Amino acid sequence: MKRIYVNEKWCLGCHLCEYYCAFANSGKDSMVKALKNVTINPRIRIEERGGISFAVSCRHCEEPLCTKSCITGALSVNDGVIQIDKDKCVGCYTCILTCPYGAIVPSETGAIQKCELCMNNSSGTPACVAGCPNKAIVFEEK
Amino acid sequence: MSKYVIIGNSAAAIGCVEGIRQVDQKGEITLIASEPHHTYSRPLISYLLYGKTDEQRMKYRPNDFYKKNKVTKRLGETVTEIDKKQKTVTLKSGEKIQYEKLLVATGSNPFVPPMEGLENVKNRFSFMTLDDAKALDKTLKKDTKALVVGAGLIGLKCVEGILDKVATVDVVDLADRILPSILDETGSDLVKKFLESKGVKFHLKDSVEKFEKDKVVLKSKKTVDFDVVVIAVGVRPNISLVKDIDGKCHRAIITNNKCETSIKDIYAAGDCTESADCATGDMKVMALLPNAYMQGETAGINMAGGTKLYENAIPMNAIGFFGYHMITAGDYVGQTYEALDGENYKKLFYKDNRLMGFIMIGDVMRAGIYTSLIKNKTDLTTIDFELIKEKPQLMAFSKKKRSEFLAK
Repeated sequence: MKRIYVNEKWCLGCHLCEYYCAFANSGKDSMVKALKNVTINPRIRIEERGGISFAVSCRHCEEPLCTKSCITGALSVNDGVIQIDKDKCVGCYTCILTCPYGAIVPSETGAIQKCELCMNNSSGTPACVAGCPNKAIVFEEK
Repeated sequence: MSKYVIIGNSAAAIGCVEGIRQVDQKGEITLIASEPHHTYSRPLISYLLYGKTDEQRMKYRPNDFYKKNKVTKRLGETVTEIDKKQKTVTLKSGEKIQYEKLLVATGSNPFVPPMEGLENVKNRFSFMTLDDAKALDKTLKKDTKALVVGAGLIGLKCVEGILDKVATVDVVDLADRILPSILDETGSDLVKKFLESKGVKFHLKDSVEKFEKDKVVLKSKKTVDFDVVVIAVGVRPNISLVKDIDGKCHRAIITNNKCETSIKDIYAAGDCTESADCATGDMKVMALLPNAYMQGETAGINMAGGTKLYENAIPMNAIGFFGYHMITAGDYVGQTYEALDGENYKKLFYKDNRLMGFIMIGDVMRAGIYTSLIKNKTDLTTIDFELIKEKPQLMAFSKKKRSEFLAK
């Protein structure tokens, strides 16, 4: 299955992936409308320190602890992609307790949100990958 | 004759069905449960009362789950005994069902200690099942005075569920602090103050002496008026089906890492079991939904002839009240690191270069990175522990590890 991989050697720490992610998931048709004067809450996050930076998003694990632990059945695996049914999610954060990468975050509604490889938004293909100026984030079959 | 028989219909039972079907698409599965309902998430009953979910959305799996997985369901029926020689289970009706492999996922039941006068209280409830929650809900009115006995996880989730529906909520507990099974003193105090600010009244280090009409007399001689009482002092694993046929039990049914009981072809999973804490090796009842699901799945795979070991269990919890969250895991032993900042609190427990446990309250972001350090018994000398103390982050791992996590 195609997954997102990051190579920290190429990461510039520009945070553009975070902005593209927030825009892709905003439901808005222009980046300005989506992001101006907004504190973004992206599903991919940059960690940076002392000249090192890299992006972290859902690994779509083959043994997904988040999904197996989900108390509501809101998380499910569909064709290898771990998806969240926000309507079912009550925001108990058991997935945050179990995700070893820290890749699941709360959304504004109280339900959690996570990377779904842009399968369920207008982008259709990972926006972070398309927007990365240095190919530090790739979408590949390995 | 059913190839697989499952007793239970909650997380462990559903995990078992999904485990079996990973290996065996055809073998007949019969699932028997006392509750008549489609599988639902028990921990969601408080969210149901709180209005954050409804009966449709709290279904643990979609409506077509049983059909899709070719499960013959016998809901609303109770197994009264297992015959391990004939390999049958007997239903209350007397009907016998033969099995090749059996899963016991009977869960636990609320424990109600004898309390003087309780039998005369009309509106008394436990808080365990959907029916409990619905029955309780029916009695609640704007002017209801609710009393909850027990300041543990179940009691306080019940408090969250009902607080906005009633006039007052009083909570009594023998312990000197709330949520003692998951929080330390500082943590308990923070959450208690928060709940008090929402209007909850606590009576700690106190207990019920007797129930009188419309009021309860506590050991301290304090009296509290009430119309409705919820008893949430603890639960007892349902072990009798296995214990009666000499299956090995302590507090709960003893299971190994394949989720087998001591009896051939009988497996057990979920709240009715005791299994090894992978971080300490101790046998424990780890009654929480993720463990139940993963034990059930492991049992199912092994029942169907596959091989799977469940060796990743630790005590852990994610819970919140009115948007104030806490995540905890592991054992609270060894040296500690603490950071308290307003409503945010963090405490790490470490020993012999390993993270043993943690408490996070308020800011719980990325807690799973801590959880995995405990489960994987990560040697803290191989990571930057100062960074881990600061916050859960992958930056604390070596470049090689980070590459394994994210680039492979």
